[in-house]
Amino acid sequence: MHINGYRLPGMSSLILWGMLWELVGHSGLTFFLPPLSEVIATLIEIADSPAFLKALSETSRAFITGVFSAVVIGIPVGILMGKNRLLDELLLPWVNIFLSAPLTALVPVLMVLFGFGMKSIVITTTLFAIWIIILNARAGVMQINRSLVEMANSFGATPWAAFAKIYFWAALPEILGGVRIGVIRAVKGVIIGQLLISIVGFGALFELYSANFLMGHFWAVLIVLFGLAFSISEALGALERRFSYYASKR
Amino acid sequence: MATHQTESSALADEVPVSAVSARNISKTYGGEVEALRNLSLEFPRGQLTSVLGPSGCGKTTLLKIIAGLLEPTSGEVEVNGKPVTGPGPDRAFVFQDFALLPWANVLRNVSFGLELRGVTKTEREGIAEKYIGNVGLSGFEKSFPHELSGGMRQRVGLARALAVDSQVLLMDEPFSAVDEQTRRKFQEDLLSLVSKENKTFIFVTHSIEEAVYVSDQVAILLPRPSRVHEVLRPKMLRSKGVSDIRRDPEYLDMVDRIWASLRSYVE
Repeated sequence: MHINGYRLPGMSSLILWGMLWELVGHSGLTFFLPPLSEVIATLIEIADSPAFLKALSETSRAFITGVFSAVVIGIPVGILMGKNRLLDELLLPWVNIFLSAPLTALVPVLMVLFGFGMKSIVITTTLFAIWIIILNARAGVMQINRSLVEMANSFGATPWAAFAKIYFWAALPEILGGVRIGVIRAVKGVIIGQLLISIVGFGALFELYSANFLMGHFWAVLIVLFGLAFSISEALGALERRFSYYASKR
Repeated sequence: MATHQTESSALADEVPVSAVSARNISKTYGGEVEALRNLSLEFPRGQLTSVLGPSGCGKTTLLKIIAGLLEPTSGEVEVNGKPVTGPGPDRAFVFQDFALLPWANVLRNVSFGLELRGVTKTEREGIAEKYIGNVGLSGFEKSFPHELSGGMRQRVGLARALAVDSQVLLMDEPFSAVDEQTRRKFQEDLLSLVSKENKTFIFVTHSIEEAVYVSDQVAILLPRPSRVHEVLRPKMLRSKGVSDIRRDPEYLDMVDRIWASLRSYVE
């Protein structure tokens, strides 16, 4: 955006919203919202506390493992569904059901099945992320140019070579789009999992801070989480744009 | 069967041995649509045979059956005496829509056939460089398909097919997606390619002029039911220079004659 010929850096509007927050905080309208400056001071204060670092490492471990499983299982399953009619008929209803299902309601079942530890959190994260990854990989493969497949066949491509050299790359713009949305959902998954299953990681911090009305602490953790989720999504978005140049030319 | 080897019967001893034989090919899609019925055609070694016909006559189906990409409902194809059971290294395909990898540069696209056949990177890139030069694309090795014009893209497709050094080149309306001037240049280049490389070319087209211009043999297919109507062999055209062919009476007569047999099938 340009004002008086000056180009404003991206997201300058955040400054305005930050100022509004500060004002509302100082007005003493509600104890629920302390001024932004106070929140940031708290953030710096707790940032190197053992509790925060422990929460961060637990959360990122669960998040990374969950997203990794979702990607590693989701992409091949989606590609195979796009290639194989029978598999598609078998799995598509389930993928659609789980995509729209309120997965939070499933978490107690996971607790019973997998215990109250890290395993259940990782599985919750995976379940939040995987369905959209599958659907997008499938959609990417289904719009693939038939000529490319015939070309690979005519040069005697093995099924594995066709998979790795044609299908994956042809579907990559859609796959990356799916992974980006999947990762955003995984952030929800990991927090919900931590809150509901076992009171560990950021879930534990949330519980602790909100139960004790430590609103400054509460908002500080929230800002960290929002910031992380947003940065991951932006980084993946940038990656997606690098590959989307050929999306319209397949 | 309306098949007669017109004009070639008297010169039967001059017709070289077949590199590809299609025998009694029938193809029915989904038990309903009959694309080909009992089609037989011989493709002489080292020559260019055009398969010409109105749309819907099964030209591309025939080519894909020869390529091993489609299975005939009945009948068989032999390449160098061996029956076709699927795609093989003795045949290479040039696609109407080029079928280039949009995420790979020209060098990788041209060497892709060799890559799938397990040739090492240095070796295949050496071969690819040579054919990129042959089709006149030197200097574009690092370009991506979307940076090239339609004509240049098809040169990439052609170089890829040449790079695997198959004896039979299958071309599915390769010039239909490029502009008229580029197409003429392609046709001239194709003539010199046929005379230089000792390969068998099977060329599907819907352009009568193009077929007569580039072919040693023109097979005319007619639809409903699809069959070979006629096989014509231009006698003198191959000895003419590229710029004299279109003025040659034999060329003009043959174009007229083919149009006469096709016109009633064109809606």
